[in-house]
Amino acid sequence: MSQELSAEEHTGHPTAGQYFRIAVILCVITAVEVGVFYVEFLGHWMIPILFILSASKFTLVAMYYMHLKFDHKLFTYLFVAGFILAALIISFLLLLFGVYS
Amino acid sequence: MAQEHAAPIHGEDEGTTTGLNHRKMLMWAFLGSDCMFFGSLIATYLVYQGKSLEGPLPIDVFDIPVTSISTFVLLMSSMSMVLAYSALTKNNMKGFRIWMISTAIMGSTFIGFQVYEFSSFATHHVEIDCVNPGELTKYEQHIFDDGCSSGEAHAESHEGLKPQTNLFGTTFYTLTGFHGAHVTLGVVWLLSLLLLSFKKGVITPEKNLDVDLAALYWHFVDVVWIVIFTVVYLFGVFPGF
Amino acid sequence: MSTFPISIPRPVHPTGIWNWVTTIDHKRIGILYGVTAFLMFLSGGVEAILMRVQLAGPELDIVSAAVYNQLFTMHGTTMIFLAVMPLSAAFFNFVIPLQIGARDVAFPRLNAFSYWTFLAGALMLKLSWIGGATDAGWFGYAPLTSVAQNPGTGIDFWIISLQILGVASLAAAFNFIVTIINMRAPGMTMMRLPLFTWMSFITAILLVLAFPVITVALIELTFDRYFMFNFFNVANGGSVVLWQHLFWVFGHPEVYILILPAMGIVSEVIPVFSKKPLFGYKTVVLAGAIIAFMGWMVWSHHMFTVGLGAVANAVFTVTTMLIAVPTGIKVFNWLGTIWGGSIRFTTPMLYSLGFIAMFLIGGISGVMHAVSASDAQQQDTYFIPAHLHYVLFGGAIMAILSGIFYWFPKYSGKMFNERQGKISFWLLMIGQNVTFFPMHFVGLDGMPRRIYTYAGNMGWDFWNGVATGGVLILLIGFLLVMDNIGRHWKNGEPAPPDPWDGRTLEWSIPSPPPEYNFEEIPIVRGLDDWWATKQGDSYKEIPASGGSGENGHNIHLPQPSYWPFVSAAGLFIAAYGVVFNDLLIPWGLAAIGLTIGFVGVYAWSLEPVNDPEEDSTH
Repeated sequence: MSQELSAEEHTGHPTAGQYFRIAVILCVITAVEVGVFYVEFLGHWMIPILFILSASKFTLVAMYYMHLKFDHKLFTYLFVAGFILAALIISFLLLLFGVYS
Repeated sequence: MAQEHAAPIHGEDEGTTTGLNHRKMLMWAFLGSDCMFFGSLIATYLVYQGKSLEGPLPIDVFDIPVTSISTFVLLMSSMSMVLAYSALTKNNMKGFRIWMISTAIMGSTFIGFQVYEFSSFATHHVEIDCVNPGELTKYEQHIFDDGCSSGEAHAESHEGLKPQTNLFGTTFYTLTGFHGAHVTLGVVWLLSLLLLSFKKGVITPEKNLDVDLAALYWHFVDVVWIVIFTVVYLFGVFPGF
Repeated sequence: MSTFPISIPRPVHPTGIWNWVTTIDHKRIGILYGVTAFLMFLSGGVEAILMRVQLAGPELDIVSAAVYNQLFTMHGTTMIFLAVMPLSAAFFNFVIPLQIGARDVAFPRLNAFSYWTFLAGALMLKLSWIGGATDAGWFGYAPLTSVAQNPGTGIDFWIISLQILGVASLAAAFNFIVTIINMRAPGMTMMRLPLFTWMSFITAILLVLAFPVITVALIELTFDRYFMFNFFNVANGGSVVLWQHLFWVFGHPEVYILILPAMGIVSEVIPVFSKKPLFGYKTVVLAGAIIAFMGWMVWSHHMFTVGLGAVANAVFTVTTMLIAVPTGIKVFNWLGTIWGGSIRFTTPMLYSLGFIAMFLIGGISGVMHAVSASDAQQQDTYFIPAHLHYVLFGGAIMAILSGIFYWFPKYSGKMFNERQGKISFWLLMIGQNVTFFPMHFVGLDGMPRRIYTYAGNMGWDFWNGVATGGVLILLIGFLLVMDNIGRHWKNGEPAPPDPWDGRTLEWSIPSPPPEYNFEEIPIVRGLDDWWATKQGDSYKEIPASGGSGENGHNIHLPQPSYWPFVSAAGLFIAAYGVVFNDLLIPWGLAAIGLTIGFVGVYAWSLEPVNDPEEDSTH
């Protein structure tokens, strides 16, 4: 790893404190997820709510802990290609098997 | 140095076309590929959700509070991992080792939870009071109907949830088992790096790529669990699903 | 150096067979891939000949029904996984680093590992003929693969060897993705990449995304067979259709994995022999990318007769017809390139032109059964083998032969016999049409696929006899090809560096290329840079500095390694241990194999790319 690159990383990357704050947010979201789950009147609304919550956790980890926010966009493309395709295939298969109906 | 520069196969990331490191790029391509691997397993799980012919079903075996704790542990291990990497780049070797050990310990704790969970599911046992059964799940109702018909005081289930029991068992153990295998491999990887860090000059603030890659893998295993926790556990016990 | 080292970490200057076992030179690995895959192609050809002989007339009894089932299953699996894919991989290996101006691939040892793993998987599959090979079709539909229906080891061999081949393909694909993105010579932007490299890049991305799906499907099948899981067990609510979905989610992108490199080869050959730049370079690249993306949305057209419902069938009919558009665009680009060019009808050019014609016929019959209503008539008849052989034989194999002759001077350093090459082209061209075209007729006439014989009064015997006769012509054609290549590889006229007046960088270096490929890493100023250089364009000059050394003596190349071979050997042993898991100690052999593999990978990861001490001795 060349000198300039690691210097760049020092300036671009979050500090330990920021990593800790992200961890707190992650825990809060998880607590909310489990909490939402016990709120019965939400009914079917629970599914999209839980989806959004876990997607936001996913994004936080990928962007900050995996440094995608600070790294070259190419890494994001390589990863997101697989992720989106997997999501598409899962949705197609569920449609074909009539899970939604 | 000029020679070094011109031979791209030589350096870590000098002389590459994009200036990005070969191995890091491979790691990201691998993670994209692994998304498809877990995607296929999750697709199988979801396609078969609710298609099991007999119990136990998710609602019978899942213990959300316990799994929430193991989820918490894995999330924290991700934080600890990123702190280990951060400490390394700041030349804080002691901090690096402490955070590495704690990551490995939390990873092992997660595996411990999974072993506990698997074995408790496999030996899942219900006993129903025939006189005063209370609120029953579909599976328990089935046991009640079978066992209480001839005037016994109690009805019991015969076997727990094994992979062979029903579609839920088959898909659940396969999906979470492969995730557990990923975590186990990650723990071995982290411990190997920890050992290597005692050898002089192998892992240094400048030569941090090995740790960087292991960290990427570790966080990926964490995000996969974020998905599994929601899709398998929370949706699994959701009554309308 | 001839003994296996335990304490010696590194083979320094291995000779003889160790030279090949430990090589990590992409050109040598390419040759290993090519030769092995061609042998596998021949074995698949023998299987095909046996089938055609059995079907030559009605109610023949040359092979039994059971053997026939194994023949068509092994033929399909062999041709797809052991012939066309690795033949493409041979070109990836040999050509890509040369085309992008690199000295090797990004991960030379991983590359060696890919080859040895491929060989392990190939041997594993082929050796399963001993004791009964797989007989459930190359797609292995459930429940034909269940223990109840198929208790022998044939299916187990099939599963495990496909898994190993998957490891090989994935490793190679990761390697080439990184190589193409990250090893390009200065100035070689993505939109200056030669077309073959572009199509290989797209293929590698498809591989990386498609193979995990079949891996999961095979794992599920393994668990069903070994541990009585319920994935495809209908008695416990499992769905056999899920297997079909998972298989074709992988299987359709796989079709493009087979054909995109072929399109890449044709896109190299046609401009060179038409003396024109490729017509619409950007369009061809874009069409390739669109094909790759849309290839994911058509898989259920393999399942029109399963009963997915009118909506699903309609949607997949439309997407399947749409994917013909980018494919058609490419054909027009090739025709546009030929148009007005000064064409030289050399052997490689003839094969490429043959590709266009044959692939077009295969494409048209493909559009016919893209219509789900019409597919209901054609499903499982001989019409489908007719279609797929026009695409895979007339398409992929013709393009690969074009590539074999086109790059022959480069990899062998010799020239082949042009006249013999042309004769073999015409023999193969006539032979394949005589073999495969009648299959359209008997197919539309209702002859089912995968039957080992048929009654004499069905009216199918004439065209079946003709098809079998065609195989004889194909056989003679291939013998001529092999003779041409084998003889001239040894004793041919020495080849000049640029015998075809080529356009891309591989023709700017000697034939065969030195181990380090480029004495100076070239600086690229545009598309078809080598062509521009030859035209004496003043903008292109040889860099005064930034090269790597004088006469190649100071060029540092990664050194050979034993570990890729050891790791692959461990995998091979482990695979046998999985099939014969009750040998002596249960799972003992698998554990031994895995341990060897693990030691190999571990030693490999601790081994530096270059041994610093060895470096100083050069």
